[in-house]
Amino acid sequence: MPFLELDALSKHYGPVKAVDDVSLSVEQGEFISLLGPSGCGKTTTLQMIAGFVDATAGRIRLQGRDITHAPANTRGLGIVFQSYALFPHMTVADNVAFGLEMQKVDRAERARRVEQALALVHLDAHAGRYPRELSGGQRQRVALARAIVIRPPLLLLDEPLSNLDAKLREAMQFELRTIQQQVGTTTIMVTHDQAEAFSVSDRVVVMQSGRITQIDTPYEVYEHPASEFISRFVGKTNLLPPATANGPQRHIRPEKLTLKPAGQGRSDATVVDRFFLGSQWLYHLESPLGPMVVVQVNDGSPAHAPGTVVALDWDDATLRTLPEGSR
Amino acid sequence: MPRNGSFAILFNTLVVMFMLAPLVIVCLVAFTPENTLSLPGWNWSLRWFRKVFEHPDFVTSFINSLWLATVSASIAVGLAVPASLAITRGNFPGRQALEGLFLSPLVIPHLVLGVALLQMFARIGATGSFVWLSLAHVVVITPYAMRLLIAAMTGYDRSVEHAALSLGASRLTVFRRITLPMILPGVSGGWLLCFINSFDEVTMSIFITAPSTITLPVKMYMYATESIDPMMAAVSALVVGLTAATALLLDRIYGLDRVLVGQR
Amino acid sequence: MSDTSTPRARSAVWLTLPSLLLFTVVLLTPLSLTLLLSFNEYDAARGATGGFTFSHYAAIVSDGYYLEIFLRTLRIGLITTFLCVLIGVPEAYILSRMAAPWRSVFLMIVLTPLLVSVVVRTFGWSMLLGIEGPVNMLFQALGIGKTRMLYTEGAVITALVHVMLPFMVIPVWTALQKLDPQVEQAALSFGASRLTAIVRVVLPQIMPGILSGGLIVFGLAASSFAIPGLLGGRRLKMVATTVYDQYLHELNWPMGAAIAVILLIANLIVMLTCHRVVERQYRRRLG
Ligand SMILES: Nc1ncnc2c1ncn2[C@@H]1O[C@H](COP(=O)(O)OP(=O)(O)OP(=O)(O)O)[C@@H](O)[C@H]1O
Ligand SMILES: [Mg+2]
Repeated sequence: MPFLELDALSKHYGPVKAVDDVSLSVEQGEFISLLGPSGCGKTTTLQMIAGFVDATAGRIRLQGRDITHAPANTRGLGIVFQSYALFPHMTVADNVAFGLEMQKVDRAERARRVEQALALVHLDAHAGRYPRELSGGQRQRVALARAIVIRPPLLLLDEPLSNLDAKLREAMQFELRTIQQQVGTTTIMVTHDQAEAFSVSDRVVVMQSGRITQIDTPYEVYEHPASEFISRFVGKTNLLPPATANGPQRHIRPEKLTLKPAGQGRSDATVVDRFFLGSQWLYHLESPLGPMVVVQVNDGSPAHAPGTVVALDWDDATLRTLPEGSR
Repeated sequence: MPRNGSFAILFNTLVVMFMLAPLVIVCLVAFTPENTLSLPGWNWSLRWFRKVFEHPDFVTSFINSLWLATVSASIAVGLAVPASLAITRGNFPGRQALEGLFLSPLVIPHLVLGVALLQMFARIGATGSFVWLSLAHVVVITPYAMRLLIAAMTGYDRSVEHAALSLGASRLTVFRRITLPMILPGVSGGWLLCFINSFDEVTMSIFITAPSTITLPVKMYMYATESIDPMMAAVSALVVGLTAATALLLDRIYGLDRVLVGQR
Repeated sequence: MSDTSTPRARSAVWLTLPSLLLFTVVLLTPLSLTLLLSFNEYDAARGATGGFTFSHYAAIVSDGYYLEIFLRTLRIGLITTFLCVLIGVPEAYILSRMAAPWRSVFLMIVLTPLLVSVVVRTFGWSMLLGIEGPVNMLFQALGIGKTRMLYTEGAVITALVHVMLPFMVIPVWTALQKLDPQVEQAALSFGASRLTAIVRVVLPQIMPGILSGGLIVFGLAASSFAIPGLLGGRRLKMVATTVYDQYLHELNWPMGAAIAVILLIANLIVMLTCHRVVERQYRRRLG
């Protein structure tokens, strides 16, 4: 029996199909990411699971129990809202303690767990502050602490890390992953950042205009995207002409291409522009195959200057074809 | 920031003088030692204020007005809070029509309401009843509270309430611990605005007050049509003072500009 | 992300029931009774007799006495509105261009009188305009000589402008707040004169504010009671004071009711037009 099951779930706002026929099974302890462009229905899906939006059609089952129309306050889920939704008139500590208070956890235990949760998100020094006295990232972490402190069986995160700087974000991703593994909390996280989805999730659910278009492990989504759209959404890609007249479109990821001295590869290409990314160089090239993007590891050797003619090479095993009829 | 020219400054000065003149003159004349309406000159006297407090009609009507404003403002807010909640949160047919009905006293001349209530009160024998008078006041002041409350309730992110629900709070707990504290400025600001409007109401009240329930503005209106002496100025000065104090309080609690100019 | 479709949200209708009850009993019922009363036959000896008649409405449109009162009310309302536009619009514009602390100080000075009882303010004007009052002293000093101002249309209009001015300033001020100051600066940068910039760029944008302010002022002025009651005296009757006399002096309630019904309907038309104007503008801005 799956831990959480969405069965043909839909939400229509008049003619707008915010979520359309979404089915998904989540196992106990799994970390799932909902990935997709803005407005594709991620928040709406999450809000239906949480019980704030009433499904137009379909069912939601949690541990076998049908909760499709159960009141939100009986579901016992931990939620981090996209807008944080902190209680503006309560201190950080009171915000975090609220859920424990509702569970009638006694005072001493409450204080201990609040402190613990705040330490986890590196906010122990700010327990007495009010939300308006915090930065965006700090507020986001309070929201996270408030959700995890009640040790919910299911944690719903709506872009919980979108406002953090890169370093803190990585630290929080690690924390989320650790909490999830230690406590075994099943987690569903909404994000439109593919790197974040890939680094923390067991499986990624890609959504597009209200529908699920792919459910797979991060590796599979990246290596075998179900459509050109997904392929471009989760990374950069190069389209190659079909091998035969009526053959399928082929594509290759920029890091799978290698640059060689002119004439020594499969096709020559001219460097149009180059971008320094720290650990890598990103090249834009013009070739007989069309415009190409190539990523090369910054191994310390000098980069190719714009105007240089180089050769493109690749291993045929890294070429991908997209499934028939996909776009 | 564009600057105003000297003509603009002069214009503004004249408008400000025009707006303040009648208030300033009542406050000055209130201190006259003379028997006629005249400016006090160098001799300031409190005799007319003393006279006011010795005048049983004014004292009674003042107490009536205070009571009436307190009671009706409280009922109005007590009704407006749940009604605004339903209008901003609910999803039932006729929501807009209800909102229109509850705000309609703003566009109905008080005079018309006054004669309509006069007729009805006469028919059901409610003339002279403090309770019915309060209910009439509640109807004309409720829109002021509703406007403030609807603004307060739509002015913040609803997901805050969702967050409390998700943490297991009951609907009642959410209202008590989350919603109410957040709309409190709207509630207290609305109460004060209702209080002022009830306290000032004269046109409707003239028709539906009896000697036992007469309010201060009605008493003043009657007094001013019959006789003119500086006692009227003294009462007026007291009213100006009281209003100024309430306005200051309102400014502290909710922001006077937000009350007067409306929500932005 | 509002939750508008749960069954809970629908049951919220119960929360409006107490108010609905009150408004039905204390607002809708008496207004309906008054409407019925206005069709009652009236007999000087017996009062309202219960028979059905249009005669009161017919009398109002045919009797010169009532017609004159309605015309006077219309005239006073229009002049008041005109003066409020003439004073309130420039004042709001000047206020909006003031520097930070002064702006809110003067705005409050212009608006707070709204909170002071109309009776007090009218009484203030009756002193200012009295035969021995400061305005007459000023006139004398200027060599104009003493003028009797109380119980004239002039006095009523002056006090009406004073009481209504905030209702004009508020919507214009609100419209000005939404205005992008750079648009005016842009017009100036194209070489437009200050006046051209105001007339061609600012004015069209605040027109809805002026219109809705004007309609509110007109509606309130035309139904005002305390001001003509105190400053107009017995001779200078307006619609509201006439209704008062019909009810409390003539005791001809059906006639009073008919005038009140006309006043109510006229007022509703004016106010709903105002609502439309604002709404149309709002929709255009969005669309
Ligand atoms: N209350 C509502 N009424 C009407 N349409 C709505 C409502 N809420 C959401 N929508 C629409 O449903 C669609 C999905 O919205 P949703 O908030 O789920 O997107 P999202 O994937 O979370 O986007 P983002 O990444 O920008 O947060 C959008 O087109 C949105 O405009
Ligand atoms: Mg979202």
